[in-house]
Amino acid sequence: MKVKRDLEFLEKVEELSGESVNACIRCGTCSAGCPFVEEMDVLPERIFKRIVLGDREGIMKNNTMWICAACFTCSVRCPRDIDIAKIMEAVRLTLLREDIDMVDLDGLDNIEELPQLAVVGCFRKETG
Amino acid sequence: MIQMEDGYLYYPGCTLKTKASDYEESSKKVMEALGKPLVEMDNWYCCGAVQSLATDDIMHQIAAVRTMLCAQEQGERELVTLCDMCYNVLKQANKRMKEKPDELETMNEFLDEDPDYEGQVEVHHIFELFRDMKDEIKKLVKKPLDGLNVVTYYGCMLLRPNHVSIDNTEDPMIMEDILELLGANTIVNPKRTECCGSYHTVNRGDIVENRVEEIVARAAEDGADVIALSCPLCQFNLDYHQRVSDHKIPVLYLTELMALSFGMEAGLKKHKINPRGALKDFLE
Repeated sequence: MKVKRDLEFLEKVEELSGESVNACIRCGTCSAGCPFVEEMDVLPERIFKRIVLGDREGIMKNNTMWICAACFTCSVRCPRDIDIAKIMEAVRLTLLREDIDMVDLDGLDNIEELPQLAVVGCFRKETG
Repeated sequence: MIQMEDGYLYYPGCTLKTKASDYEESSKKVMEALGKPLVEMDNWYCCGAVQSLATDDIMHQIAAVRTMLCAQEQGERELVTLCDMCYNVLKQANKRMKEKPDELETMNEFLDEDPDYEGQVEVHHIFELFRDMKDEIKKLVKKPLDGLNVVTYYGCMLLRPNHVSIDNTEDPMIMEDILELLGANTIVNPKRTECCGSYHTVNRGDIVENRVEEIVARAAEDGADVIALSCPLCQFNLDYHQRVSDHKIPVLYLTELMALSFGMEAGLKKHKINPRGALKDFLE
């Protein structure tokens, strides 16, 4: 498959996260400890490879960064000290800042049942 | 650590007055019994629940910094949170301001209706206070929780990232140590530091159900009568999402168990899974 390379994407992700994506050695420690990998269609370390390749289009088709709930398990375990949660956040922001929302307020039928901090947290992470 | 004559300055956050009022009520009673009442801040703002991590995102630190500024204006340097998410956000935002003077300057320029935040406030979780009051806690135990099997659950926000952790990130013992003082049997369970699914409860309940099933199934296997924790979001998730599980393990705030062992009843009102059966030996 031919990848359309968007090298500015790598630059943007590194700028927003303050982390070096190239430092990743694809050891898979992040995926091994992630409590959400079963829900992700691409593993975190594979996302890093795609970021390095500049495969923005490919990444945006995946759900990985939206499944990540910033629990920081990968961040504390990465042997290369990469704060992976920050990279996931940067990837999310590249979309959200185009004014795209991943959660639809009107579509929530149980909002009164939910604790406030869940709603605030979700909107912080999933709306532009 | 904190030494205020009349108690500790306390930040409630958005959920403690409503959905998590059991936690606020029991914490207040416990701290009062310990002779260090929680004194609510005169003024505070919602912290935002999750920390915004981008290098250029100063905007989402504002609410947290405003709250720190409120503490400063009340003349206090130590600020206590009960909610794990509040703890995490305030602690991370505060650290960011302390470590990045240029951002603090930008922030203070923006907050031009307020005095400058000087970066001197320290944020603490209530468990850190308990860690420093072990002797006092032990003295107050009137009804030891003999025979009660408690699985602890820490979740994420007390332990990660490393620079805000209140204990060992991979092997915390702060809750186990307190429960031991209360006379309970504590069970150290490998799921206790795994994420409960967090804010996905809003629009991806299926993800949270899977997480919760893993956590409670292991707790059941380990013989848990109850699960003890402190985060209002973890409490909601573990309690609410057991509705699709075969297990029905009550999910209690640690301070509810503390109150019980002190011979007081506090909280225990808003639980979906009624804890009274599991606690019947210790209730009046």
